[in-house]
Amino acid sequence: MDQGTVGTIFTLVVFVCFIGVVLWAFSSRNKKKYDEAANLPFADEEQDKIKKDNRES
Amino acid sequence: MSEISQAQPNYNYKVVRQFTIMTIVWGIVGMSIGVFIAAQLFAPVLNFDTPWLTFSRLRPLHTNSVIFAFGGCALFATSYYIVQRTCQVRLFSDKLAAFTFWGWQAVIVLAICTLPFGMTSSKEYAELEWPIDILIALVWLAYVINFFGTLIIRKVSHIYVANWFLGAFMLTVLVLHIGNSMAIPVSFTKSYSLYAGAVDAMMQWWYGHNAVGFFLTAGFLGMMYYFVPKQAGRPVYSYRLSIVHFWALISLYIWAGPHHLHYTALPDWTQSLGMVMSIILFVPSWGGMINGIMTLSGAWHKLRTDPVLRFLIVSLSFYGMSTFEGPMMAIKTVNALSHYTDWTIGHVHSGALGWVAMISIGSVYHLIPILFGQPGMYSTRLVNVHFWLATIGVVLYIVAMWMSGVLQGLMWRAVNADGTLTYSFVESLEASIPFYIVRFIGGCFVVAGMLVMAYNTYKTVRAPKGTLAADPATQAA
Repeated sequence: MDQGTVGTIFTLVVFVCFIGVVLWAFSSRNKKKYDEAANLPFADEEQDKIKKDNRES
Repeated sequence: MSEISQAQPNYNYKVVRQFTIMTIVWGIVGMSIGVFIAAQLFAPVLNFDTPWLTFSRLRPLHTNSVIFAFGGCALFATSYYIVQRTCQVRLFSDKLAAFTFWGWQAVIVLAICTLPFGMTSSKEYAELEWPIDILIALVWLAYVINFFGTLIIRKVSHIYVANWFLGAFMLTVLVLHIGNSMAIPVSFTKSYSLYAGAVDAMMQWWYGHNAVGFFLTAGFLGMMYYFVPKQAGRPVYSYRLSIVHFWALISLYIWAGPHHLHYTALPDWTQSLGMVMSIILFVPSWGGMINGIMTLSGAWHKLRTDPVLRFLIVSLSFYGMSTFEGPMMAIKTVNALSHYTDWTIGHVHSGALGWVAMISIGSVYHLIPILFGQPGMYSTRLVNVHFWLATIGVVLYIVAMWMSGVLQGLMWRAVNADGTLTYSFVESLEASIPFYIVRFIGGCFVVAGMLVMAYNTYKTVRAPKGTLAADPATQAA
Protein backbone atom coordinates (compact mmCIF):
# COMPACT_ATOMS: atom_id res chain seq x y z
CA MET A 1 0.00 0.00 0.00
CA ASP A 2 1.39 3.38 -0.90
CA GLN A 3 1.13 6.50 1.20
CA GLY A 4 -1.91 7.81 -0.72
CA THR A 5 -3.97 4.66 -0.03
CA VAL A 6 -3.08 4.66 3.66
CA GLY A 7 -4.07 8.32 3.84
CA THR A 8 -7.40 7.64 2.13
CA ILE A 9 -8.26 4.71 4.41
CA PHE A 10 -7.28 6.70 7.49
CA THR A 11 -9.40 9.67 6.43
CA LEU A 12 -12.42 7.39 5.88
CA VAL A 13 -11.92 5.65 9.25
CA VAL A 14 -11.73 8.99 11.06
CA PHE A 15 -14.82 10.22 9.21
CA VAL A 16 -16.82 7.10 10.14
CA CYS A 17 -15.70 7.44 13.77
CA PHE A 18 -16.84 11.06 13.80
CA ILE A 19 -20.27 10.13 12.44
CA GLY A 20 -20.40 7.43 15.11
CA VAL A 21 -19.65 9.95 17.86
CA VAL A 22 -22.33 12.32 16.56
CA LEU A 23 -24.95 9.55 16.38
CA TRP A 24 -23.99 8.36 19.86
CA ALA A 25 -24.13 11.88 21.30
CA PHE A 26 -27.45 12.78 19.72
CA SER A 27 -29.31 9.48 20.06
CA SER A 28 -32.44 10.02 22.12
CA ARG A 29 -31.68 6.85 24.10
CA ASN A 30 -28.95 8.73 25.96
CA LYS A 31 -30.94 11.89 26.69
CA LYS A 32 -31.75 11.12 30.31
CA LYS A 33 -28.18 10.09 31.05
CA TYR A 34 -26.79 13.33 29.63
CA ASP A 35 -29.28 15.49 31.47
CA GLU A 36 -28.15 13.88 34.69
CA ALA A 37 -24.50 14.31 33.76
CA ALA A 38 -25.00 17.96 32.81
CA ASN A 39 -26.29 18.63 36.32
CA LEU A 40 -23.31 17.04 38.07
CA PRO A 41 -21.68 20.39 38.94
CA PHE A 42 -24.75 21.12 41.06
CA ALA A 43 -25.34 17.61 42.38
CA ASP A 44 -23.04 17.60 45.39
CA GLU A 45 -24.75 20.32 47.35
CA GLU A 46 -27.43 22.90 47.43
CA GLN A 47 -29.91 21.15 45.17
CA ASP A 48 -32.61 23.03 46.99
CA LYS A 49 -30.85 26.36 46.84
CA ILE A 50 -30.52 26.21 43.03
CA LYS A 51 -34.19 25.45 42.66
CA LYS A 52 -34.92 28.43 44.84
CA ASP A 53 -32.62 30.67 42.75
CA ASN A 54 -34.30 29.57 39.55
CA ARG A 55 -37.70 30.39 40.97
CA GLU A 56 -36.52 33.83 41.95
CA SER A 57 -34.93 34.72 38.61
CA MET B 1 -32.40 13.79 45.56
CA SER B 2 -32.17 12.70 49.17
CA GLU B 3 -28.92 10.75 48.72
CA ILE B 4 -27.16 13.57 46.90
CA SER B 5 -28.09 16.36 49.26
CA GLN B 6 -26.46 14.69 52.25
CA ALA B 7 -23.42 16.31 53.86
CA GLN B 8 -20.48 17.07 51.55
CA PRO B 9 -17.76 14.45 51.54
CA ASN B 10 -14.61 15.59 53.27
CA TYR B 11 -12.86 17.10 50.24
CA ASN B 12 -9.13 17.85 50.13
CA TYR B 13 -9.25 21.63 49.79
CA LYS B 14 -5.77 22.14 51.22
CA VAL B 15 -3.98 21.36 47.96
CA VAL B 16 -6.53 23.40 46.02
CA ARG B 17 -5.90 26.40 48.33
CA GLN B 18 -2.12 26.06 47.91
CA PHE B 19 -2.27 25.93 44.13
CA THR B 20 -4.84 28.74 43.96
CA ILE B 21 -2.68 31.15 45.95
CA MET B 22 0.40 30.22 43.94
CA THR B 23 -1.55 30.85 40.73
CA ILE B 24 -1.83 34.51 41.74
CA VAL B 25 1.78 34.72 42.94
CA TRP B 26 3.29 33.18 39.78
CA GLY B 27 0.89 35.18 37.62
CA ILE B 28 2.34 38.40 39.02
CA VAL B 29 5.93 37.13 38.73
CA GLY B 30 5.56 35.78 35.19
CA MET B 31 3.64 38.75 33.81
CA SER B 32 6.03 41.24 35.43
CA ILE B 33 8.97 39.53 33.73
CA GLY B 34 6.97 39.84 30.51
CA VAL B 35 6.50 43.57 31.02
CA PHE B 36 10.19 43.97 31.80
CA ILE B 37 11.36 42.24 28.63
CA ALA B 38 8.72 44.13 26.64
CA ALA B 39 10.39 47.33 27.89
CA GLN B 40 13.80 45.98 26.84
CA LEU B 41 12.59 45.81 23.24
CA PHE B 42 12.31 49.59 23.00
CA ALA B 43 14.89 50.38 25.68
CA PRO B 44 17.68 47.78 25.35
CA VAL B 45 19.66 49.62 28.02
CA LEU B 46 17.44 47.81 30.54
CA ASN B 47 19.58 44.69 30.27
CA PHE B 48 22.23 46.66 32.18
CA ASP B 49 24.93 44.84 30.20
CA THR B 50 24.32 41.79 32.36
CA PRO B 51 24.15 38.46 30.52
CA TRP B 52 21.49 37.02 32.81
CA LEU B 53 19.20 40.01 32.34
CA THR B 54 19.22 39.82 28.55
CA PHE B 55 16.02 39.26 26.58
CA SER B 56 17.24 35.89 25.30
CA ARG B 57 17.52 34.46 28.81
CA LEU B 58 14.54 36.16 30.43
CA ARG B 59 12.12 35.38 27.60
CA PRO B 60 12.07 31.60 28.31
CA LEU B 61 11.73 32.44 31.99
CA HIS B 62 8.68 34.56 31.13
CA THR B 63 7.07 31.86 28.98
CA ASN B 64 7.80 29.11 31.49
CA SER B 65 6.50 31.08 34.42
CA VAL B 66 3.26 32.21 32.79
CA ILE B 67 2.47 28.91 31.06
CA PHE B 68 3.70 26.34 33.54
CA ALA B 69 3.79 28.27 36.82
CA PHE B 70 0.69 30.50 36.50
CA GLY B 71 -1.31 28.35 34.05
CA GLY B 72 -0.03 25.11 35.56
CA CYS B 73 -0.98 26.05 39.14
CA ALA B 74 -4.41 27.18 37.91
CA LEU B 75 -4.88 23.81 36.20
CA PHE B 76 -3.74 21.83 39.25
CA ALA B 77 -6.01 23.84 41.54
CA THR B 78 -9.12 23.65 39.38
CA SER B 79 -8.67 20.03 38.28
CA TYR B 80 -8.24 18.85 41.88
CA TYR B 81 -11.31 20.87 42.82
CA ILE B 82 -13.50 19.83 39.87
CA VAL B 83 -12.69 16.15 40.09
CA GLN B 84 -13.59 16.02 43.77
CA ARG B 85 -16.79 18.03 43.42
CA THR B 86 -18.13 16.23 40.35
CA CYS B 87 -17.12 12.75 41.58
CA GLN B 88 -18.34 13.55 45.10
CA VAL B 89 -15.33 11.92 46.66
CA ARG B 90 -12.08 13.01 48.32
CA LEU B 91 -8.88 12.91 46.25
CA PHE B 92 -7.42 9.46 45.71
CA SER B 93 -4.25 10.30 47.67
CA ASP B 94 -3.40 13.31 49.85
CA LYS B 95 0.28 12.35 49.82
CA LEU B 96 0.45 12.35 46.02
CA ALA B 97 -1.40 15.67 46.00
CA ALA B 98 1.17 17.21 48.36
CA PHE B 99 3.97 15.74 46.25
CA THR B 100 2.54 17.34 43.10
CA PHE B 101 2.31 20.72 44.86
CA TRP B 102 5.81 20.80 46.29
CA GLY B 103 7.29 19.05 43.25
CA TRP B 104 5.74 21.58 40.88
CA GLN B 105 6.93 24.53 42.96
CA ALA B 106 10.42 22.98 42.97
CA VAL B 107 10.33 22.77 39.17
CA ILE B 108 9.43 26.46 38.95
CA VAL B 109 12.14 27.51 41.39
CA LEU B 110 14.68 25.40 39.49
CA ALA B 111 13.59 27.14 36.27
CA ILE B 112 14.27 30.51 37.90
CA CYS B 113 17.66 29.21 39.07
CA THR B 114 18.79 27.88 35.67
CA LEU B 115 17.31 29.82 32.75
CA PRO B 116 18.83 33.26 33.54
CA PHE B 117 22.24 31.58 33.76
CA GLY B 118 21.95 30.25 30.25
CA MET B 119 21.28 26.62 31.15
CA THR B 120 18.81 25.62 28.48
CA SER B 121 18.03 22.83 26.07
CA SER B 122 16.97 25.62 23.66
CA LYS B 123 13.69 23.85 22.75
CA GLU B 124 10.89 26.40 22.90
CA TYR B 125 8.53 25.90 25.86
CA ALA B 126 10.72 22.93 26.86
CA GLU B 127 13.90 24.80 27.73
CA LEU B 128 14.52 23.17 31.08
CA GLU B 129 17.50 20.83 31.29
CA TRP B 130 17.25 17.07 31.73
CA PRO B 131 17.34 16.72 35.55
CA ILE B 132 14.38 19.13 35.79
CA ASP B 133 12.64 17.30 32.94
CA ILE B 134 12.84 14.08 34.95
CA LEU B 135 11.33 15.82 37.99
CA ILE B 136 8.51 17.20 35.78
CA ALA B 137 7.78 13.70 34.47
CA LEU B 138 7.60 12.28 38.01
CA VAL B 139 5.34 15.06 39.28
CA TRP B 140 3.12 14.69 36.24
CA LEU B 141 2.88 10.93 36.67
CA ALA B 142 1.80 11.45 40.29
CA TYR B 143 -0.79 13.98 39.06
CA VAL B 144 -2.18 11.53 36.47
CA ILE B 145 -2.38 8.70 39.01
CA ASN B 146 -4.10 10.95 41.55
CA PHE B 147 -6.63 12.31 39.05
CA PHE B 148 -7.56 9.01 37.44
CA GLY B 149 -7.48 7.31 40.85
CA THR B 150 -10.11 9.80 41.99
CA LEU B 151 -12.20 9.11 38.89
CA ILE B 152 -12.04 5.38 39.64
CA ILE B 153 -13.29 5.75 43.22
CA ARG B 154 -16.05 8.23 42.25
CA LYS B 155 -19.45 8.05 43.93
CA VAL B 156 -21.51 8.99 40.86
CA SER B 157 -22.08 6.91 37.75
CA HIS B 158 -21.21 9.44 35.06
CA ILE B 159 -17.85 11.19 34.56
CA TYR B 160 -18.65 14.87 34.00
CA VAL B 161 -17.34 16.25 30.69
CA ALA B 162 -14.94 18.71 32.39
CA ASN B 163 -13.05 15.67 33.68
CA TRP B 164 -12.78 14.26 30.16
CA PHE B 165 -10.99 17.38 29.02
CA LEU B 166 -8.80 17.47 32.11
CA GLY B 167 -7.93 13.77 31.76
CA ALA B 168 -7.06 14.18 28.07
CA PHE B 169 -4.89 17.19 28.93
CA MET B 170 -2.94 15.27 31.57
CA LEU B 171 -2.36 12.10 29.55
CA THR B 172 -1.35 13.97 26.42
CA VAL B 173 1.01 16.32 28.26
CA LEU B 174 2.70 13.29 29.84
CA VAL B 175 3.29 11.73 26.40
CA LEU B 176 4.36 15.05 24.82
CA HIS B 177 6.76 15.96 27.59
CA ILE B 178 8.48 12.58 27.69
CA GLY B 179 8.57 12.27 23.89
CA ASN B 180 9.99 15.71 23.20
CA SER B 181 12.42 15.85 26.13
CA MET B 182 14.34 12.72 25.14
CA ALA B 183 17.96 13.83 25.27
CA ILE B 184 21.50 12.62 25.78
CA PRO B 185 23.12 14.33 28.78
CA VAL B 186 26.73 15.37 28.44
CA SER B 187 26.93 16.90 31.91
CA PHE B 188 24.60 17.62 34.80
CA THR B 189 23.42 20.87 33.22
CA LYS B 190 23.77 20.19 29.49
CA SER B 191 22.14 17.71 27.14
CA TYR B 192 21.48 17.32 23.44
CA SER B 193 18.20 16.27 21.86
CA LEU B 194 17.92 12.65 20.81
CA TYR B 195 16.45 13.82 17.50
CA ALA B 196 18.29 15.55 14.68
CA GLY B 197 17.51 18.03 11.92
CA ALA B 198 13.99 18.21 10.51
CA VAL B 199 12.87 15.34 12.77
CA ASP B 200 13.90 17.36 15.82
CA ALA B 201 11.99 20.36 14.49
CA MET B 202 8.90 18.22 13.87
CA MET B 203 9.09 16.66 17.34
CA GLN B 204 9.54 20.11 18.83
CA TRP B 205 6.39 21.47 17.18
CA TRP B 206 4.40 18.32 17.70
CA TYR B 207 5.14 19.06 21.35
CA GLY B 208 4.91 22.84 21.05
CA HIS B 209 1.57 23.03 19.36
CA ASN B 210 0.04 20.44 21.61
CA ALA B 211 1.34 22.32 24.60
CA VAL B 212 -1.04 24.93 23.23
CA GLY B 213 -3.72 22.40 22.29
CA PHE B 214 -3.76 20.30 25.42
CA PHE B 215 -2.05 22.30 28.17
CA LEU B 216 -3.48 25.70 27.22
CA THR B 217 -6.74 24.59 25.61
CA ALA B 218 -8.11 21.19 26.68
CA GLY B 219 -7.20 21.81 30.32
CA PHE B 220 -8.77 25.25 30.37
CA LEU B 221 -11.83 23.96 28.51
CA GLY B 222 -12.24 21.56 31.43
CA MET B 223 -12.20 24.63 33.67
CA MET B 224 -14.76 26.31 31.39
CA TYR B 225 -17.16 23.34 31.45
CA TYR B 226 -17.28 23.46 35.24
CA PHE B 227 -16.99 27.11 36.23
CA VAL B 228 -19.17 28.71 33.54
CA PRO B 229 -22.23 26.58 34.42
CA LYS B 230 -21.45 26.91 38.12
CA GLN B 231 -21.11 30.68 38.09
CA ALA B 232 -24.13 31.09 35.81
CA GLY B 233 -26.16 28.73 38.01
CA ARG B 234 -27.38 26.61 35.12
CA PRO B 235 -26.13 23.50 33.29
CA VAL B 236 -24.07 23.79 30.12
CA TYR B 237 -26.02 24.80 26.98
CA SER B 238 -25.73 21.39 25.28
CA TYR B 239 -24.14 18.38 26.93
CA ARG B 240 -24.35 16.54 23.60
CA LEU B 241 -22.40 19.26 21.84
CA SER B 242 -19.77 19.00 24.57
CA ILE B 243 -19.26 15.31 23.76
CA VAL B 244 -18.82 15.98 20.04
CA HIS B 245 -16.60 18.95 20.99
CA PHE B 246 -14.37 16.71 23.08
CA TRP B 247 -13.79 13.94 20.54
CA ALA B 248 -13.38 16.33 17.61
CA LEU B 249 -10.93 18.56 19.49
CA ILE B 250 -8.66 15.85 20.83
CA SER B 251 -8.55 13.90 17.57
CA LEU B 252 -7.67 16.98 15.48
CA TYR B 253 -5.28 19.00 17.63
CA ILE B 254 -2.47 16.48 17.59
CA TRP B 255 -1.98 16.95 13.80
CA ALA B 256 -1.70 20.72 13.68
CA GLY B 257 1.97 21.12 14.75
CA PRO B 258 3.59 21.34 11.27
CA HIS B 259 1.96 24.75 10.69
CA HIS B 260 4.81 26.14 12.82
CA LEU B 261 7.25 24.95 10.14
CA HIS B 262 5.79 26.26 6.88
CA TYR B 263 8.39 26.85 4.15
CA THR B 264 11.12 24.98 6.04
CA ALA B 265 12.98 21.71 5.41
CA LEU B 266 9.92 19.79 6.61
CA PRO B 267 8.42 17.64 3.80
CA ASP B 268 5.82 19.54 1.82
CA TRP B 269 3.01 17.03 2.44
CA THR B 270 3.56 17.37 6.21
CA GLN B 271 3.20 21.14 5.96
CA SER B 272 -0.01 20.79 3.95
CA LEU B 273 -1.38 18.22 6.40
CA GLY B 274 -0.66 20.58 9.29
CA MET B 275 -2.37 23.42 7.45
CA VAL B 276 -5.51 21.42 6.61
CA MET B 277 -5.83 20.00 10.11
CA SER B 278 -5.41 23.47 11.61
CA ILE B 279 -8.20 24.84 9.43
CA ILE B 280 -10.58 22.00 10.36
CA LEU B 281 -9.76 22.67 14.00
CA PHE B 282 -11.72 25.89 13.73
CA VAL B 283 -14.99 23.92 13.85
CA PRO B 284 -14.68 22.14 17.23
CA SER B 285 -13.08 25.24 18.74
CA TRP B 286 -16.06 27.39 17.86
CA GLY B 287 -18.44 24.59 18.85
CA GLY B 288 -16.94 24.71 22.32
CA MET B 289 -16.98 28.48 22.49
CA ILE B 290 -20.63 28.66 21.45
CA ASN B 291 -21.50 25.95 23.97
CA GLY B 292 -19.88 27.97 26.74
CA ILE B 293 -21.34 31.34 25.82
CA MET B 294 -24.83 29.98 25.11
CA THR B 295 -24.90 28.54 28.62
CA LEU B 296 -25.90 32.08 29.53
CA SER B 297 -28.79 32.01 27.08
CA GLY B 298 -31.78 33.44 28.93
CA ALA B 299 -29.61 34.74 31.77
CA TRP B 300 -27.63 37.43 29.98
CA HIS B 301 -28.61 39.94 32.65
CA LYS B 302 -26.22 38.21 35.04
CA LEU B 303 -23.33 39.68 33.04
CA ARG B 304 -24.36 43.16 34.15
CA THR B 305 -23.98 42.42 37.83
CA ASP B 306 -21.41 39.65 38.06
CA PRO B 307 -17.82 40.57 37.10
CA VAL B 308 -16.65 36.98 37.70
CA LEU B 309 -19.05 35.71 35.06
CA ARG B 310 -17.86 38.54 32.83
CA PHE B 311 -14.28 37.26 33.12
CA LEU B 312 -15.42 33.77 32.12
CA ILE B 313 -17.55 34.86 29.17
CA VAL B 314 -15.09 37.43 27.81
CA SER B 315 -12.39 34.76 28.00
CA LEU B 316 -14.56 32.66 25.69
CA SER B 317 -14.85 35.58 23.26
CA PHE B 318 -11.07 35.83 23.17
CA TYR B 319 -10.93 32.05 22.71
CA GLY B 320 -13.24 32.37 19.71
CA MET B 321 -11.15 35.21 18.32
CA SER B 322 -7.82 33.44 18.62
CA THR B 323 -9.17 30.11 17.33
CA PHE B 324 -10.36 31.95 14.22
CA GLU B 325 -7.05 33.75 13.88
CA GLY B 326 -4.98 30.59 14.42
CA PRO B 327 -6.42 28.53 11.54
CA MET B 328 -6.19 31.60 9.31
CA MET B 329 -2.51 32.07 10.16
CA ALA B 330 -1.91 28.36 9.49
CA ILE B 331 -2.81 28.88 5.82
CA LYS B 332 0.51 28.86 4.02
CA THR B 333 -0.02 32.10 2.08
CA VAL B 334 -1.12 33.98 5.22
CA ASN B 335 1.75 32.42 7.13
CA ALA B 336 4.16 33.76 4.50
CA LEU B 337 3.20 37.21 5.73
CA SER B 338 2.69 36.53 9.44
CA HIS B 339 5.47 34.12 10.38
CA TYR B 340 8.45 35.44 12.38
CA THR B 341 6.62 38.76 12.85
CA ASP B 342 4.95 40.27 15.93
CA TRP B 343 1.59 39.08 14.58
CA THR B 344 2.48 35.67 16.05
CA ILE B 345 3.20 37.28 19.41
CA GLY B 346 -0.14 39.10 19.23
CA HIS B 347 -1.95 35.85 18.42
CA VAL B 348 -0.31 33.99 21.28
CA HIS B 349 -1.22 36.71 23.75
CA SER B 350 -4.83 37.00 22.64
CA GLY B 351 -4.97 33.30 23.51
CA ALA B 352 -2.81 33.48 26.62
CA LEU B 353 -3.96 36.75 28.20
CA GLY B 354 -7.47 36.77 26.74
CA TRP B 355 -8.48 33.15 27.00
CA VAL B 356 -6.16 31.29 29.41
CA ALA B 357 -5.53 34.06 31.92
CA MET B 358 -9.10 35.38 32.01
CA ILE B 359 -10.75 31.97 32.44
CA SER B 360 -8.20 31.20 35.19
CA ILE B 361 -8.77 34.52 36.92
CA GLY B 362 -12.55 34.06 36.77
CA SER B 363 -12.21 30.55 38.18
CA VAL B 364 -9.90 31.72 40.96
CA TYR B 365 -12.37 34.48 41.95
CA HIS B 366 -15.05 31.81 42.09
CA LEU B 367 -12.85 29.52 44.20
CA ILE B 368 -11.31 31.82 46.78
CA PRO B 369 -14.43 32.52 48.85
CA ILE B 370 -15.35 28.82 48.83
CA LEU B 371 -11.86 27.62 49.75
CA PHE B 372 -11.42 30.11 52.57
CA GLY B 373 -14.93 29.80 53.95
CA GLN B 374 -16.08 33.32 53.10
CA PRO B 375 -19.44 34.27 51.64
CA GLY B 376 -17.85 36.30 48.84
CA MET B 377 -14.78 38.26 47.76
CA TYR B 378 -13.72 41.20 49.91
CA SER B 379 -14.71 43.61 47.15
CA THR B 380 -16.77 42.89 44.05
CA ARG B 381 -15.93 46.38 42.83
CA LEU B 382 -12.24 45.53 42.79
CA VAL B 383 -13.03 42.38 40.78
CA ASN B 384 -14.72 44.69 38.31
CA VAL B 385 -11.71 47.02 38.29
CA HIS B 386 -9.51 44.01 37.59
CA PHE B 387 -11.80 42.97 34.76
CA TRP B 388 -11.46 46.31 33.01
CA LEU B 389 -7.70 46.55 33.60
CA ALA B 390 -7.28 43.08 32.10
CA THR B 391 -9.54 43.75 29.13
CA ILE B 392 -7.99 47.11 28.23
CA GLY B 393 -4.50 45.65 28.71
CA VAL B 394 -5.14 42.69 26.42
CA VAL B 395 -6.74 44.81 23.71
CA LEU B 396 -3.86 47.33 23.74
CA TYR B 397 -1.39 44.47 23.60
CA ILE B 398 -2.90 42.52 20.72
CA VAL B 399 -3.83 45.51 18.56
CA ALA B 400 -0.28 46.85 18.88
CA MET B 401 1.18 43.49 17.92
CA TRP B 402 -1.18 43.02 14.97
CA MET B 403 -0.19 46.38 13.54
CA SER B 404 3.49 45.85 14.21
CA GLY B 405 3.36 42.33 12.77
CA VAL B 406 1.60 43.19 9.54
CA LEU B 407 3.90 46.18 9.10
CA GLN B 408 6.97 43.97 9.56
CA GLY B 409 5.62 41.33 7.17
CA LEU B 410 4.95 43.91 4.49
CA MET B 411 8.33 45.63 4.94
CA TRP B 412 10.26 42.36 4.83
CA ARG B 413 8.63 41.21 1.60
CA ALA B 414 8.79 44.57 -0.24
CA VAL B 415 11.19 44.43 -3.18
CA ASN B 416 12.43 47.07 -5.60
CA ALA B 417 12.07 46.76 -9.37
CA ASP B 418 15.58 45.28 -9.59
CA GLY B 419 14.73 42.56 -7.04
CA THR B 420 16.62 43.99 -4.06
CA LEU B 421 14.92 44.42 -0.68
CA THR B 422 13.28 47.80 -0.17
CA TYR B 423 13.91 47.90 3.57
CA SER B 424 16.71 46.70 5.79
CA PHE B 425 15.81 44.70 8.90
CA VAL B 426 16.78 47.58 11.15
CA GLU B 427 14.30 49.86 9.38
CA SER B 428 11.46 47.45 10.20
CA LEU B 429 12.67 47.31 13.80
CA GLU B 430 12.59 51.09 14.08
CA ALA B 431 9.08 51.13 12.62
CA SER B 432 7.93 48.74 15.37
CA ILE B 433 9.12 50.79 18.32
CA PRO B 434 5.92 52.83 18.82
CA PHE B 435 3.94 49.57 18.92
CA TYR B 436 6.39 48.11 21.46
CA ILE B 437 5.65 51.06 23.72
CA VAL B 438 1.88 50.49 23.39
CA ARG B 439 2.41 46.79 24.12
CA PHE B 440 4.39 47.69 27.24
CA ILE B 441 1.55 49.92 28.44
CA GLY B 442 -0.96 47.11 27.81
CA GLY B 443 1.23 44.75 29.82
CA CYS B 444 1.33 47.25 32.70
CA PHE B 445 -2.48 47.25 32.77
CA VAL B 446 -2.54 43.47 32.97
CA VAL B 447 -0.01 43.35 35.81
CA ALA B 448 -1.84 46.13 37.66
CA GLY B 449 -4.99 44.00 37.45
CA MET B 450 -3.15 41.05 38.96
CA LEU B 451 -1.92 43.24 41.83
CA VAL B 452 -5.51 44.34 42.49
CA MET B 453 -6.45 40.66 42.55
CA ALA B 454 -3.68 39.86 45.03
CA TYR B 455 -4.85 42.65 47.34
CA ASN B 456 -8.49 41.56 47.07
CA THR B 457 -7.50 37.95 47.77
CA TYR B 458 -5.39 38.95 50.77
CA LYS B 459 -8.28 40.93 52.26
CA THR B 460 -10.69 38.05 51.61
CA VAL B 461 -8.48 35.40 53.18
CA ARG B 462 -7.60 37.59 56.17
CA ALA B 463 -11.12 38.87 56.85
CA PRO B 464 -12.48 37.64 60.21
CA LYS B 465 -15.38 35.22 59.78
CA GLY B 466 -18.74 36.93 59.43
CA THR B 467 -17.40 40.34 58.41
CA LEU B 468 -17.77 39.89 54.65
CA ALA B 469 -21.20 40.15 53.07
CA ALA B 470 -22.24 37.79 50.34
CA ASP B 471 -22.56 39.58 47.06
CA PRO B 472 -25.88 38.57 45.56
CA ALA B 473 -24.36 38.24 42.10
CA THR B 474 -21.37 36.14 43.03
CA GLN B 475 -22.58 33.88 45.80
CA ALA B 476 -23.42 30.92 43.55
CA ALA B 477 -21.20 28.30 45.09
